[in-house]
Amino acid sequence: MAFLSYLISGLGLGSVYAIIALGYSMVYGIAKMLNFAHGDVIMVGAYVSFFAMTVAGVPFAVSVPAAVLVCTLLGMTVERLAYKPLRQASSLAVLITAIGVSYFLQNGAQLLWGSDTKIYPTILPGAVSLFGGQLSVSYLTIVTILTCILIMVCLMLFINKTRTGKAMRACSEDKGAATLMGINVNKIISITFAIGSGLAAIAAVLLCATYPSVYPTLGSMPGIRAFTAAVFGGIGSIPGAFLGGLLLGVIETFAKAYISTQLSDAIVFAVLIIVLLIKPTGLLGHKISEKV
Amino acid sequence: MSEKTNQAPVLEVTDLGIDFGGLTAVNDLNLTVYPNEIVGLIGPNGAGKTTVFNMLTKVYQPTRGTIKLNGQDTAKMTTIDVNKAGIARTFQNIRLFMNMSVLDNVLTGMHNEITYGNVSAIFRLPKYYREEKEKSERAMELLKIFGLEKKADLIAGNLPYGEQRRLEIARALATRPKLLLLDEPAAGMNPQETEELMNTIRFVRDHFHIAVLLIEHDMKLVMGICERITVLNFGMMLTQGTPDEIRSNPDVIKAYLGE
Amino acid sequence: MNKVINTLFNPKVRSRTISFLVVIAAYVILTLLSATGHLSRLFTSLLVPVTAYIVAAIGLNLNVGISGELNLGQAGFMSIGAFSAVVVSGVLQAAGVGDILRLIICMAAGALIAALMGWLISIPVLKLQGDYLAIVTLAFGQIIMSLLNNSYVGIDSKGLHFAFVNNTIQMEQGGRLLISGPMGATGVGIASTFTAGFVLVLIALAVVYNLMYSRSGRAIMASRDNRIAAESVGIKVSQAKTLAFVTASCLAGAAGALYALNYSSFAATKFDFNNSILLLVYVVLGGLGNMTGTVIATTLLVVLPEMLRFLQNYRMLIYAIVLIVIMLVSNNEFLRLRMQMLRTRLKKKGAEADE
Repeated sequence: MAFLSYLISGLGLGSVYAIIALGYSMVYGIAKMLNFAHGDVIMVGAYVSFFAMTVAGVPFAVSVPAAVLVCTLLGMTVERLAYKPLRQASSLAVLITAIGVSYFLQNGAQLLWGSDTKIYPTILPGAVSLFGGQLSVSYLTIVTILTCILIMVCLMLFINKTRTGKAMRACSEDKGAATLMGINVNKIISITFAIGSGLAAIAAVLLCATYPSVYPTLGSMPGIRAFTAAVFGGIGSIPGAFLGGLLLGVIETFAKAYISTQLSDAIVFAVLIIVLLIKPTGLLGHKISEKV
Repeated sequence: MSEKTNQAPVLEVTDLGIDFGGLTAVNDLNLTVYPNEIVGLIGPNGAGKTTVFNMLTKVYQPTRGTIKLNGQDTAKMTTIDVNKAGIARTFQNIRLFMNMSVLDNVLTGMHNEITYGNVSAIFRLPKYYREEKEKSERAMELLKIFGLEKKADLIAGNLPYGEQRRLEIARALATRPKLLLLDEPAAGMNPQETEELMNTIRFVRDHFHIAVLLIEHDMKLVMGICERITVLNFGMMLTQGTPDEIRSNPDVIKAYLGE
Repeated sequence: MNKVINTLFNPKVRSRTISFLVVIAAYVILTLLSATGHLSRLFTSLLVPVTAYIVAAIGLNLNVGISGELNLGQAGFMSIGAFSAVVVSGVLQAAGVGDILRLIICMAAGALIAALMGWLISIPVLKLQGDYLAIVTLAFGQIIMSLLNNSYVGIDSKGLHFAFVNNTIQMEQGGRLLISGPMGATGVGIASTFTAGFVLVLIALAVVYNLMYSRSGRAIMASRDNRIAAESVGIKVSQAKTLAFVTASCLAGAAGALYALNYSSFAATKFDFNNSILLLVYVVLGGLGNMTGTVIATTLLVVLPEMLRFLQNYRMLIYAIVLIVIMLVSNNEFLRLRMQMLRTRLKKKGAEADE
């Protein structure tokens, strides 16, 4: 029964990773950049929802869309100001700029809101008791997992059924050809950043509801984890990010429970390396071979 | 030519074929190249000419058939082994080391000929200087053949197109091949440059005593310098013969012009 | 005479000469300033770490700039060198070895052990390509940090004692802990000097330049520029990339040792992901493949946050903005073209003057 309990909490944590990884992966797929500032968008989302609830006094349900709105705008602004001028530059230049943005957001948050840890209010207390009380699953975990599945389904429908979604896929395949087909590539990239950042805000709220502390470097670790999850599943692939996130959460939880808390980090990354050695482009990524 | 065919062939390809995911790209290809010969491989677009080069150099692993290089089976060889065994090539879409100097591109071709190790390099032992000097001189000679000696210190990526194509041949020759594969060497060149290139190819053949197998769409070049020509169509060998025979073959004309 | 001038104008000779001159000039000036008491304590304390970061960054530039593989775990190799040095230093101190010799042996040991780890890691890493390779180097950096954070090493008259995850070391009286888990290295005997750092920078530059302009260096650059063409001229691409990767880890190891023996204690988190990223920032800002640039960028970017101290809390914010602006300006297409035009015009003028 302990196993099942760990599995469920692992899936809960994994769902948060998956939501962040989806944003990571979409941005990578379309803009072909590693957005190291993605984790810090989560942090901003966490602060926004925190202040919405504690200072403005709005209910949790209102704070979420507020965080999504702010993060979406933030993502689009950052893209417009920092990344768009570098469309023709090397991927390393963009990577370094993303790191600069990450520092900027972290230090900006520290200046605006202080470096102290703020305690996030309790959301959705209580748990469902199963098997005559042997297994208890918190409402929060259930909501987290369901949210993640819902997001995943919506994203898949969006990508496969809508015009914008199809344009996104075209851009990820070949930007030049997409432009020739009359697709506004800049607009598509902007939309991608908007969606990714919006998702980051949702992840932020779920993350803080589970681990209720808010501080300026809050996003770093989940950011790296989600990046790992995205690569794990095959970066650029949406189902891959979903699968990678869930697996990573479960592996991390199991490693902490059964092996060692201190070594969980090493174990997670070791599993990643093993997976990549067996499948060099991640679980669901596909190989692109060079034409000679 | 008859005196050439008496010698043992440099390249002997029998029943060569390759499939890509169930699709046959090249099938039943037979091809022999003798020392000091210039052989042409022609055919309409998509006939599988470059695929043949990729199989010869093991960029692709053939599905069927054998490739013998100087009588040696290349089945177990890698691209690197094939180069060491004596095949050098150029690429249809130029593949130079674009951020390196023209001279360094040619020197890189002498990689397996240089004997000093990393210790000699890091401590700059006399062996390093001696060998670098020797190889640089040979590289300059090669560049001279292609009229690039004055551009030795330029970055390869900044050369004009025609010069890049010539540099690629120089780099291939630096590996001291016995068989040189040229993939559309005259592509993008004007008639005068093509004329010069024909002379250079002949000179290279005579000077280094090597065989040349070339893919080309420029019929003037192909008919002008090839002693034998193999025609591919839809991955199959259509016919083989001397330039005159190919010119008058109705099947070839049909393949090029369509029915 | 003419020959000397010609050699100096050879771009390869020129770039290395400039590198060495810059480093030597900086050393002379800083030593003079420090001897005459014109250097603040803060700056004096930065001298050794700066040289350590320069050496690690030079190595990383070989990996990222010359070999073209993104490495997000260079700080991990620094930590291997640092912690190896701490253990070796502990042993040597117990044996009563003098400071200079101890430092030299520690740097050699750090370099060697980091190179060995680099070689082991390169076997799986270099099977991958592009961003997948990058994430695996990140993963290795994290694993190394996590393992070191859980390592305990002690020394007493019987020799070295090791423990993992929990400190179960039992020592005789007079024994002391060298590495104590999350606390990191403790009681390190300081031996690093600015002069040692300066010599290490010169060695690093010599190694990297000599390697770059040799058979192996050409193979490394050729593999970066065009993998398929490199193989077509008989170059073993994975071997070339391994050499770059191992040399980079070796230099990081020596740098880590230099860094370690400059502090009496430090934690493994000193070499975390953020540090790997910082090293990458130095390399990219200095220019890919440009070693002089790496030296200058590293120095400026280590010193910059300290110079910005008067801005107090705004310091890191300004640092971030500076970083973004530099990237935007240096990659601006319009400015780049203008610079190119200016350069060709100057060259033309120079050529006319020659005639």
